[in-house]
Amino acid sequence: MTPFSRKPPTNSSSKPCGSSELTRIRVGGLELLADLSGALHAPDYRALLVADLHFEKGSSGARRGAHLPPYDTRSTLKTLMEAIERHRPERLLALGDSFHDRAGPERLDEIDRAAIGTLGNAVDVMWITGNHDPALPASLGGRIAAEIALGPVMLRHEPRAGATWEIAGHLHPVAQITRRGRNLRRKCFIGDGGRLVMPAFGAYTGGLNVLSAPFGVLFPERRFRVWMIGGRAIHVFPSDRISP
Amino acid sequence: MKLSSIPTIAPSPLGGGGPQPKLPHFVRDWFTMRGWTPRQHQIDVFVKAAQGRSVLLIAPTGGGKTLASFLPSLSELKDNGGQGLHTLYVSPLKALAVDIARNLEHPVREMGLDISVETRTGDTPPAKRQRQRHRPPDILITTPEQVALLISMAEAPRLLGTLRRVIIDELHALAASKRGALLSLGLARLQTLAPDHRRIGLSATVADVNALRAWIEPQSDDEGADELAALVEGGGGATPEIAILDTDQRIPWAGHSARHSIGDIYWAIERARMALVFVNTRSQAETIFQQLWMVNEAGLPIALHHGSLDATQRRKVEAAMAAGTLRAVVSTSTLDLGIDWGEVDLVINVGAPKGSSRILQRIGRANHRLEEPSRALLVPANRFEVLECEAARAAVIEGAQDTEGPAELKLDVLCQHILGVAGAGPFHPDALHAEVKRSFAYRRLERALFDKAVAFVSTGGYALKGYDRYAKLRPLADGRLRLAHPRLAQHYRLNVGTIVAAEMVKVRLVRRRRGGLEGTSALVGGRVLGEVEEWFIEQLKPGDTFLFAGEVLRFEGLDGLNAMASRSSASDPMVPSYLGGRFPLSTYIAGRVRAMLADPASWGHLPPQVRDWLSVQRWKSRLPRQEEMLVETFPRGSRHYLVCYPFEGRLAHQTLGMLVTRRLERMGAQPMGFAASDYALSVWAVRDLSLMIGTGRLSLQELFDQDMLGDDLEAWLEESHLMKRTFRNVAIIAGLIERRSPGQEKTGRQTTVSSDLIYDVLRSHEPDHILLKAAFDDAATGLIDLGRLAQLLARIRGRIIHQPLDAVSPLAVPVMLEIGREPVYGEADDALLEEAANELIVEAMRLI
Repeated sequence: MTPFSRKPPTNSSSKPCGSSELTRIRVGGLELLADLSGALHAPDYRALLVADLHFEKGSSGARRGAHLPPYDTRSTLKTLMEAIERHRPERLLALGDSFHDRAGPERLDEIDRAAIGTLGNAVDVMWITGNHDPALPASLGGRIAAEIALGPVMLRHEPRAGATWEIAGHLHPVAQITRRGRNLRRKCFIGDGGRLVMPAFGAYTGGLNVLSAPFGVLFPERRFRVWMIGGRAIHVFPSDRISP
Repeated sequence: MKLSSIPTIAPSPLGGGGPQPKLPHFVRDWFTMRGWTPRQHQIDVFVKAAQGRSVLLIAPTGGGKTLASFLPSLSELKDNGGQGLHTLYVSPLKALAVDIARNLEHPVREMGLDISVETRTGDTPPAKRQRQRHRPPDILITTPEQVALLISMAEAPRLLGTLRRVIIDELHALAASKRGALLSLGLARLQTLAPDHRRIGLSATVADVNALRAWIEPQSDDEGADELAALVEGGGGATPEIAILDTDQRIPWAGHSARHSIGDIYWAIERARMALVFVNTRSQAETIFQQLWMVNEAGLPIALHHGSLDATQRRKVEAAMAAGTLRAVVSTSTLDLGIDWGEVDLVINVGAPKGSSRILQRIGRANHRLEEPSRALLVPANRFEVLECEAARAAVIEGAQDTEGPAELKLDVLCQHILGVAGAGPFHPDALHAEVKRSFAYRRLERALFDKAVAFVSTGGYALKGYDRYAKLRPLADGRLRLAHPRLAQHYRLNVGTIVAAEMVKVRLVRRRRGGLEGTSALVGGRVLGEVEEWFIEQLKPGDTFLFAGEVLRFEGLDGLNAMASRSSASDPMVPSYLGGRFPLSTYIAGRVRAMLADPASWGHLPPQVRDWLSVQRWKSRLPRQEEMLVETFPRGSRHYLVCYPFEGRLAHQTLGMLVTRRLERMGAQPMGFAASDYALSVWAVRDLSLMIGTGRLSLQELFDQDMLGDDLEAWLEESHLMKRTFRNVAIIAGLIERRSPGQEKTGRQTTVSSDLIYDVLRSHEPDHILLKAAFDDAATGLIDLGRLAQLLARIRGRIIHQPLDAVSPLAVPVMLEIGREPVYGEADDALLEEAANELIVEAMRLI
């Protein structure tokens, strides 16, 4: 466990431009800003959180003959760099499954490998391990941990049923609303004030509907809200507004 | 069950006897024994085939086409059977194979021939298929997909090398599709394996006969004119008698239900021996069927037949028709092709005919005695459809055809084929390119594009060379490429074919257990009624009622891949329709409708109501001349409308709507939405459009300028769901992603990557990729119909006439009634999300 304590605010201006698309989410008393990319900014800790990057998912089936366009890592990194530009955090905290599989880091091409290296110039990177990437090579740079304490809130990959204050990933939440005969399915944050599960950030990551069983364990009796990520803004809905 | 041609060979009007020296003795004797005389086209096909020519036979159904195509093979096999596969008969209809085989066995037996006839389809047991690979029959009746499988086998050269003839049934339908493109490549392969084989194509009448003649014939290397197969025409038969339903009821302004004419349709059914009632969509079939039973006082046996119904259910209906125990069948295009029922003496077409060839084909389903005219009744469901029916009747009388030409250069199909060829053994790219160019569909395939396809098959064909070490094709020393692993060939066999079904959900009838608690635990499972598209079910809430399999059902919930539904006592379903099988209005019919509108002297045939409608239009607004496009603008409520009448079909209008709204936005008109029909497009905006046009702030010439097909199109395609849907099909056919295997878990984080995400990533990183090109080509002729749109924009240049109005015009009413009825795909998602969120705010702020 690697604890972080709250930093005294050094500079109160945290990059105002483009921040109209930011939405506030509170977890365990922390004030967090949800970004349209699916990242979460903790201004008090100058930390940017992302979950489930799934780098090299595209190339993961290449050996079996599934030659998906090998540009997902590049896409994900580009979106990530843009979020870093917007928020200018001091550290980047990746909440596990940063690589789609153990061999993922070896398959990185040189440009992407270098891009991950340069991340370290802009921010301190901390990789939380996940079920897809239980071990990460040291050559990746940054620090590796199983859990991180962000003040009172625990950051980990898989949400834990009994936990009080935590932010996790792993489940790839998506929510759906039905409107004029149309289903709109979007990645989302799901939380109840004490726990927050983040959307998967990776370009090739799919999703799991928040009304399915794994979420029921974490949020009994559907006591949760979702923050759905639209094209221009993030929209918050109570659980009774969304469809299975 | 009777089958087209063979059992329906009617005695010739010439009577028995006459000289028939061209056919061999045993065939002539057989005809004499049956008391029949061969038809001229049967003799002509035989003679041309004996000369070693490939032949295209064009004849209406019931003309003895199938027998004509088999006679040359029977003659060649008479004393030479059992020496390997001699003839392949390829039919697009899997269900017909067994019937064709059975019906061929009769003459074979009666002629005393020792010839083996077998079928091979997806339904053939593996043991039999295995045996066929070692001991093939003389004649094999099969499907395009099976041909692709046969040529991908290692033993293909031995098995197919003996082939002397390939017969292709329903060529007019097949050639226009990707299945046809796949077969075209298969034929090129067969040409290499069995250079001496000849072909016979069987087709209904088409617009471009030479395209089909060339489709049959191997093409040569030079860039000159296409090589053509010999042509035999069976003669057209009698001109059909077509009536357009004249009703006392008020003809609706819009909609497709034809509810107003149910009584008249029933009256016509009562007076016929057996009627086929054709409709354009499955939901229409359901509605008409339900309404017919409501007025069915005589309790006539009337059945329903469409593609969503369970297959055994459909077979039952077909059997009942063949047995002559039904009086009418309500059907979609599922009965357009295939089996004949001699008893059918009336075809009723409900709704717009959409194309003259389509309606001719449907009318041909009635009365298969060639010398008697078929009888048909056209039932327009709204006022525009009255015009369309009139146009179609005139076209049919002239015998005008508007069939689609053959599909060409389908790159996803090419990718699939290359992998299939590699499955049979190593190939040299030079040789394969030359071979592929002998097929009609790929005769213009450039080497660079072919190389891209090979690269795609091998490594995905990306500029980023990361997959080289996982290449599926490995070079040999002599320049040939071989498959890297036999597993890939197996994989190919599981994914072969070009039919990508929409994701379907089974509809299972369940019963509520009395006294049980609400919820699924109280439901008792029952039989499967059929399948519907997943997206239709997804929009239902438990408790919603919908029409399916002739009943009003109550949706109970989803259970895996089953939609559970119980019988409902409601008479009107809440969710009225699901799509499926819509046809675009053909350019040809559209042109005739425009001509009719422009010429009041031609309105004599029209019902008075429709004449009045058009006269009032002329008085209140104006009628465009044939080459003009009328644009009307008027205020209504708090909005300002622009309605134009391109007559290019709903798909092209939908694309036009997307692009025009973007431009209006840029021009500051603040557009809010649009609706499209087959005939017109309506756009509404905040600003006063009449004023903007009148003061020159908005130029219609600019608004409809051809340059919208540049950047605006590009920007729209970026986010269009229609493109994504098209891309998914292409990616599956080309083998980039796999078909979803049945029973695969639906919920849960997928291990596979969604094709939408792949599209986004590929488009931003490699916009020139071969699959994006393939998807764009498909969409351009398919869901976004760019071809028609481009034609339109060229046609109306300098011919746009503007008519500002104080209120809606009579011509605009139908499309105005479409507003809110048709979902617009893929656009304004964010607007809907915002709307949903705002609704919450309004609720929260309410003071009670």
